Amino acid sequence: MRKHYAIVAAAVVAVGLSACGSSDPLSGQDLPENSSDASGSASASDSQNFTADLSGTLTGAGASSQESAMDAWRAGFQAHYPDTTITYDPVGSSGGRTQFLEGGLAFAGTDSPLSGDELERATDRCHGAGVLQAPLYISPIAVVYNLEGVPELKLTPDNLAAIFNGDITQWDDPALQADNPDVDLPDMRITPVNRSDGSGTTENFTDYLAAAAPEAWPHEPSDTWPLTGSQSAQGTSGVVQTVQGGNGTIGYADASKAGDLGIAQIQVGDEFITYSAEAAAAVVDASPRQEEREEHDIVIDLDRTTEAPGAYPLVLISYSVACLEYEDQAEGQMVQEFLRYQASEEGQQQAATAAGSAPISDELRSEITAGIEAIELP
Amino acid sequence: MTDVPASKSTGRLADRLFRLTATAAGATILVVLAAVAAFLIIQALPALRAGSSVLGSEVGWFPDGDSLAELIGPLAFGTVLAALIALIISVPVSVGVALFLSHFTPRRLQGTLSYLIDLLAAIPSVVYGLWGALWLLPRLQPAWDFLGDHLGFIPLFAGPAATPPRTILSVGIVLAVMILPIITSVAREVFLQTPRLNQEAALALGATRWEMIRLVVLPHGRGGVTGAAMLGLGRALGETMAVLMILSPGLTYSFQLLQAGQHQTISANIAAQFPETNELGMSALIATGLALFLITLIVNMVARWVVSRSTKAGQS
Repeated sequence: MRKHYAIVAAAVVAVGLSACGSSDPLSGQDLPENSSDASGSASASDSQNFTADLSGTLTGAGASSQESAMDAWRAGFQAHYPDTTITYDPVGSSGGRTQFLEGGLAFAGTDSPLSGDELERATDRCHGAGVLQAPLYISPIAVVYNLEGVPELKLTPDNLAAIFNGDITQWDDPALQADNPDVDLPDMRITPVNRSDGSGTTENFTDYLAAAAPEAWPHEPSDTWPLTGSQSAQGTSGVVQTVQGGNGTIGYADASKAGDLGIAQIQVGDEFITYSAEAAAAVVDASPRQEEREEHDIVIDLDRTTEAPGAYPLVLISYSVACLEYEDQAEGQMVQEFLRYQASEEGQQQAATAAGSAPISDELRSEITAGIEAIELP
Repeated sequence: MTDVPASKSTGRLADRLFRLTATAAGATILVVLAAVAAFLIIQALPALRAGSSVLGSEVGWFPDGDSLAELIGPLAFGTVLAALIALIISVPVSVGVALFLSHFTPRRLQGTLSYLIDLLAAIPSVVYGLWGALWLLPRLQPAWDFLGDHLGFIPLFAGPAATPPRTILSVGIVLAVMILPIITSVAREVFLQTPRLNQEAALALGATRWEMIRLVVLPHGRGGVTGAAMLGLGRALGETMAVLMILSPGLTYSFQLLQAGQHQTISANIAAQFPETNELGMSALIATGLALFLITLIVNMVARWVVSRSTKAGQS
C-alpha cells in the first residue's frame, strides 16, 4: 500500500477589494466650509455653495494627462455631494472625443480641442446647442536631464531643438557652453529620450520646438515622435525612469513627475525661465483665444514664442468638454456643478496639489464660468 | 446470465458517451484555434485592404509612406531577433542545469532543485520587466560599454553602447531567464531517459563521467533538447511586458545589438499602440498579431515534430 502523503496545499487567495473613490485620501482633507467659500471669495461668479440636490452617476472619459487632476476633482466633488459618483476613464484624448460625440459620455477631457467636423457632430450630439470647451487643466512640461555635476542648465529653443534633432550630440558643444558660462559641461554624449507612445506631451513639445525654433526643428508638430532610432519609453514615468537610468540623458515630461532630476531653464525673450505654476498660467493669459469659435468654445492659441516676462511657453492645456444643453435635468445639473467645481479656486488648488498643474487665472475663470452658467437645462 | 446483455449495453452506451465527450473536448481545441485565426483574419481585413497612404494618414502611429508589409517586416525581425538572442544565451545554460540535475545532483535534492527551477516560470512577466528595467539595466551598462569599446569592430557590437542600455541585447538577457525553466525541465526529462545500460557500459569501458555524458547522454537527448529550445523560442516570441518595459522601440532591420531605438517586437508594439489607436489602427495591429500567430504556430509545430521524432528514435 502506498502511503498517503499529506499534501498541504495552502491556496491563499487574497482578494484585494479596492475601494475606489470612497476611501480616497483626498476626500479626507479639510475642505473649506460652504458658507465661508461663498462669502469670502473674491469673484462673485466663482462662488459655489453646493446646495443643489444631486445624486447619481456621471460618466466621463478622455485625456490621460488629466487623470491625476480628475481624481482630485472627483474626490473633492464627491466630498461635497456624497450621493454622486463620477467616473473618468483615461482612455486618451481621441477616445474621449469619439465617445463623447457618440453620446456615450456626459463630459470628456481632451488635449486637442474639438474642431472642424467634430464640432458639427457635437452640435448634433448636444441637441442643437453647441459645446463648451474649457481649458481647465494647464500643466507645465519640464525639460529634464541627468548629468552629474551640472546642477543648472540653460537652453535656448534652438539648442533644445538641435539636441532632440540630433544636431548637437555632445554636452560640451560650444553652442551649449556659450549659454552656460558658469558650468563646466562634461565631454559626454547626449542621449535624448522621447515618448514611444502617442501623447499630448509630445504634441505640445514638438509644437513648441516647431514654433520657437523653426530652423533647428524641421518637423511638424505631432503626437508621435517624428524621429526614429532614439531612446524612448512608454508613458511619462517611463521617460523619467529612462532619463534617470542613463547618464547624459535629456527628456521632456510632465513637470509634476520630474522628481529629483535636473530641470533645464528655457530661454524666453532675453531671460531663462524655470517652469512654475505662475509662469505656466502667465503664458495662457498672454496667448490669444482662437477666433472663429463660438462664444463658450474657449480654445487657447498658445503663443509659444511669447516674450511676456515670466511666461513659460512649454505647457500642455487639456480641455474639459461638455454640452451647452442637456435633455436630462439631473445629468445636466451634475455636469454644471462638476465643471463649476473644476473651475473654482478650490478645485484648481486641488488639481495643483495632486497633479502639479497651474491654477487658472481669475480672468480665465470668469470667462469659463460664463460658459458653465450658459449650460441650458430642461 | 440475464444481466449480461444489460450490462453490455450500458457499457456500450457509456463507452460511446465517453468517446463523444473526449472527441468533443479534442475538437474544441481545433475550433478555438480556427476561431482565433478567423478572428485575426476578419479583423485584419480593413488594414490589409487599405493602402499605405490611407494607413499613414488615418493612423497616428503608422510610419508615413510604409505599407503594412513594411511595418510587419521589421517587427517580425525584431521579434525573432530578440527570441534568438534569448535562445543562444539560454540553451547552453539550460543544458548545463539539466545535466547537473539529472546526473550530478543527489537524488534527494533533485526534486527540490527542479521545483525551484520551475518556480522561475511562475514569476509573472511584468515582474521580470520591472526587475530588468530597474535592477538589471544599470548593471548591464558597464558590460555593454566594454563590448562597445573593445569589440566594437564586430558589427553586432558597434559602439558606443546606448545609455541607458534599453536595447535588444538587454531584452535578450531577460527573455533568456524567462525561458530557462521550460528548456531546463524538458531537457532534464530527456536526459533522465537515457538508457541506464548504455551509461553503465560507457563507464565500464573506462569513460569518465564527462565522457559518458558526451558520448551517451548528449547524443541521446539531442532531439529532445532541440524541441525544448523550440518551446522556449515560442514563449520568447510572444513575450510582451518585459520587452515593453525594457526596450526603446524602433523599426529597422539593424543587427546593432547595443543601439537603442532600432528594434521592436510585435507583441510589445501592440501593447504600446493599443490604448490610443483608432479603428483602422486596431486593424493594423491585429494584422501584426496575425503575423505573430503564424510565426508562433510554425515554431511550435516544428518543435512538436522534432520532439516526437526524437522520442520515436529513442524508443527504437
